[in-house]
Amino acid sequence: MIPASFDYKRAESVDEAIALLGEHGDEAKLLAGGHSLLPLMKLRLATPSFLIDVGRLKDLSYIRDAGDHIAIGALTRHRDVEISDLLAAEVPLLARAASTVGDPQVRHRGTLGGTLAHADPASDLPAVILALGGTLVAQGPGGSREIAATDFFQGFLETALAEDEMITEVRVPKFGGKGWSFQKFTRRSQDWAIVGVAAVVANGSTGIALVNMASTPVRASGVESALAGGASATDAAAQAADGLEPGADLNASTEYRQHLARVLVRRALEEAGV
Amino acid sequence: MAAVTHTLLGHAVHRSEDPDLLTGRARFIAAQAPAGALRVVFVRSQVAHGELRSVDVEAAAQMPGVRGIWTAATLALEPQGDRENPALLRPVLAEGRVRFVGEAVAVIAADTLGAAYDAADAVVVDVDPLPAVVGPVEAAGPDVALLFPEHGSNVVAGGHHDPDPAFFDDADVVAHVRMSHHRVAPVPMEPNAFAVEPTADGGWNVWASTQSVFGVREAVAKVLGADASAVRVRAPWVGGGFGAKGGVYPEQLVVAAVSARLDRPVVWAETRTENLLAMTHGRAQVHDVEIGATRDGRFTGLRVLGWADVGAYPGRGMFIPMVTRRMSSGVYRFPKVDFSAVTVVTTTTPTGPYRGAGRPEAAALVERAVDALADELGMDPVELRRRNFPDPSEFPFTTATGATYDSGDYAASLDAALALADYEGLRADQQRRRQDPMAALLGIGVATYVETSGGGQEMGSVRVLTDGTVEVVTGSVANGQGHQTTWAQIAASVLGVPLEVVRVVASDTGLVDHGVGSFGSRSLQLGGSAVHEAASVVVDQARRLAADLLEAAPEDIVVADGGLAVAGVPASGRSWAELASVAESRAELLAHSLDFGRGGSFPSGCHVAVVEIDRQTGKVELRDMVAVDDCGVVINPLLAEGQVHGGLAQGIAQMLLEEVRFDADGNPLTSTLVDYGIPSAADLPSFTTAHTVTPSPNNPLGAKGIGESGTTGSIAAVWNAVVDALEPFGVRHLDGPFTAETVWRAMQGQTGSS
Ligand SMILES: Cc1cc2nc3c(=O)[nH]c(=O)nc-3n(C[C@H](O)[C@H](O)[C@H](O)COP(=O)(O)OP(=O)(O)OC[C@H]3O[C@@H](n4cnc5c(N)ncnc54)[C@H](O)[C@@H]3O)c2cc1C
Repeated sequence: MIPASFDYKRAESVDEAIALLGEHGDEAKLLAGGHSLLPLMKLRLATPSFLIDVGRLKDLSYIRDAGDHIAIGALTRHRDVEISDLLAAEVPLLARAASTVGDPQVRHRGTLGGTLAHADPASDLPAVILALGGTLVAQGPGGSREIAATDFFQGFLETALAEDEMITEVRVPKFGGKGWSFQKFTRRSQDWAIVGVAAVVANGSTGIALVNMASTPVRASGVESALAGGASATDAAAQAADGLEPGADLNASTEYRQHLARVLVRRALEEAGV
Repeated sequence: MAAVTHTLLGHAVHRSEDPDLLTGRARFIAAQAPAGALRVVFVRSQVAHGELRSVDVEAAAQMPGVRGIWTAATLALEPQGDRENPALLRPVLAEGRVRFVGEAVAVIAADTLGAAYDAADAVVVDVDPLPAVVGPVEAAGPDVALLFPEHGSNVVAGGHHDPDPAFFDDADVVAHVRMSHHRVAPVPMEPNAFAVEPTADGGWNVWASTQSVFGVREAVAKVLGADASAVRVRAPWVGGGFGAKGGVYPEQLVVAAVSARLDRPVVWAETRTENLLAMTHGRAQVHDVEIGATRDGRFTGLRVLGWADVGAYPGRGMFIPMVTRRMSSGVYRFPKVDFSAVTVVTTTTPTGPYRGAGRPEAAALVERAVDALADELGMDPVELRRRNFPDPSEFPFTTATGATYDSGDYAASLDAALALADYEGLRADQQRRRQDPMAALLGIGVATYVETSGGGQEMGSVRVLTDGTVEVVTGSVANGQGHQTTWAQIAASVLGVPLEVVRVVASDTGLVDHGVGSFGSRSLQLGGSAVHEAASVVVDQARRLAADLLEAAPEDIVVADGGLAVAGVPASGRSWAELASVAESRAELLAHSLDFGRGGSFPSGCHVAVVEIDRQTGKVELRDMVAVDDCGVVINPLLAEGQVHGGLAQGIAQMLLEEVRFDADGNPLTSTLVDYGIPSAADLPSFTTAHTVTPSPNNPLGAKGIGESGTTGSIAAVWNAVVDALEPFGVRHLDGPFTAETVWRAMQGQTGSS
């Protein structure tokens, strides 16, 4: 449980972090909360030779009202998302989902930018940002660009970020406290989801994304279009696993995950009042 | 000085261990390595089974910070195991063949842990794979690879005899259950840790996270070629053992040898993953059980065909199927029991004792069979149990398997548990829910169990010092139980002194003359009784002395507050300090040491589990857990309660969450705590616990073991509860752990026997 040796530098600014990324190329890794990266390094499944610590960039830790959306700094801890009054009022789905991530230690260290960049399909918040139709702000040597969450997750632990880019901000549209649900089906009370469902009703349409049902977080597009076409919640939920072949692991077979997706989407739609 | 009229026994004295543990002052081996110690790391097999072609350590040996690196060939230590059976010995570093993933192949000592792991990564282990052998029934079957070809079979003990066709002739009904007690990992909070330091005078200091310092001393002295008296073994704070730290691991012997080769202090502390791969696992038995009864529910016989998996090497797992056999008739009067079993090796982590060590398997096999029989008879499972209990007047009660139970009142704990659980109310609620397709399924599992505790002897000594301090020395080796508190309580009660003046010395072969250790729920009834008896002898010594000083008859001297006095004459009191000083001036001692050992005891009880099952997902929620345990006389209710809670948590988790799994190639699938499902408090309900008290006649305290009751009862109770909940789906039996998918499949009719 000792990582391979590596060099370490604490970045004092986003610009410095990006410069260091450029300098060290694919040997380098940003270190935020460390709660995805360090476990991999301890098992020597990841062996970066250079860590750029962005964990203390305080100016990237914020939750702000930006008019039609809420802007969240990439270094904002899960715990701050969980207890934010602003999010509770405007995007309660995100606050609730954050409260189910791991245990208190994990939530006090893990960051929103980190969990999105890590892009684990079993993680909760990537699917939530996807269901919400969020946008990520990435900064590179040439400046900033916006990436829609729908374009961000490209494969298993793969994202649209370039090697020398870092996420600086996450934007989520306000939807208020109307219809929403977060269903997380776990083996133990503090575990990753075997299957999870994030659902939100905004401007008359329903966004649904699934945790752990594919190699990336995915929208349940079959359910979304069935609902848009006027199907009942029960009929729409029956399509939750259509086209999805989630992997089998210790906790669930492919077939059982598909079954869970249907059950949990129905429960989510019921809870969201669809 | 007033005569002592109260006793500390039976009081919930707080643990004197806890302030150090809770404030972090308690240090464990990994955090208190001897000065200048090198770090030891093992290179382990990543292949379950294969010919070990070569282990290339050359590159690793050249790496920075590496002080030494050895393989079986260069360390050349004696193998472990039964000399009578040379074909089955276990090399302490793999030799010729590897037999499980995690088996130590080479060892490295380096300046830092990082350097040692870097070097371990550079060792090249060349293995020619052989087919893996996974599962006890498979291992005993035909067309299977052999782990020890010279032995000619994977069966290393026992055998199945031909069934007697007339065995069930006197039964009207026979029920059958085929069950697998899946493999689990002990997961002590502190993994194995071991440190060795050569001393200036040619001796050795050893620190071991162990349940038996004397067992470790004997084995380590042999490896070092030293006299046992030159080796001082200490078990400082031990972060849990659960049976798995009761023996001597090959790694410990290797670490001692490395210290000797380098003549330097060394420390080894395994990682969690190593712990999950290399520490002995528990359970891993399969039973085919038949139970016969008359129409009115009188048992006529029990027949069991068993398979026990000891993993890659026959070691500490070998006695477990024998415990299961002995306890298989449970709390019942069976006219006959036919139990035959084979013990096999497989290409998996060796098994060994784990909280219950064969007892939970026995309780589960008979309790599941009784439920299945109740189902066949259309009788309430509680009523069927009741009809077959021996009466309390029948004790000592000898079972058909030859065990003699010391005392028990099985109906008493059953009644108490049913009342606490509101059994009638639960059954009514269950009927209601079965009519309502929207309601969660309710399952009620009852298990009446008996287990076995004690065996052998334990040393205890008591000495009063001239400053009034009472020194208790015990051969027991606590690993979380709280001996320091309880032993002080016992000595203080007998001597009539406050707890604070008692000092308990333990777990150090430099300070304790001899002893056995803590396992098999033996400590209180043997080690505690030894302290009680030794203290009583000291009182007699002091009584003679006081009689002389006070010119009274010894019979008139009584234990008073803090010393002895003539009965009815408080002013005559002499404190223990005074008495000890007088004794010293006369070249006498107020001290006694003895070994206590009498017949064992048979703790019993009744556990009731109540589960709810989500009809859509199969998810099981344990709603209530009632445990009524009879451990004889309770010395410290707080500590007894702690033992029950911990045991329940482990038993429940075994049935709902935990399972060590291997794939068909013998690769472990559960080598981190993400994959291996130990519970947290949030996964368990609040427990309802109570005691019935049937004193053991076999020790002066009247105490029976309590350490293994929690697992022994709860496993069977949860198992019965889940099967009970699934009755409307036609499920008659299902094996654990009851993950949501397992239960969901059973509800679909895909698994489980009907
Ligand atoms: C015991 C445990 C339980 C957990 N349980 C859950 C759970 O139930 N649900 C869940 O969703 N998650 C869970 N997690 C994961 C947790 O949420 C992580 O904190 C999170 O996934 C990663 O955030 P981090 O800040 O720790 O990232 P790090 O580990 O620091 O980094 C992760 C990756 O993202 C990159 N990165 C970090 N920040 C940025 C950035 N701003 N821009 C670009 N790249 C970046 C890093 O280089 C690295 O590759 C658990 C973790 C642990 C250890």
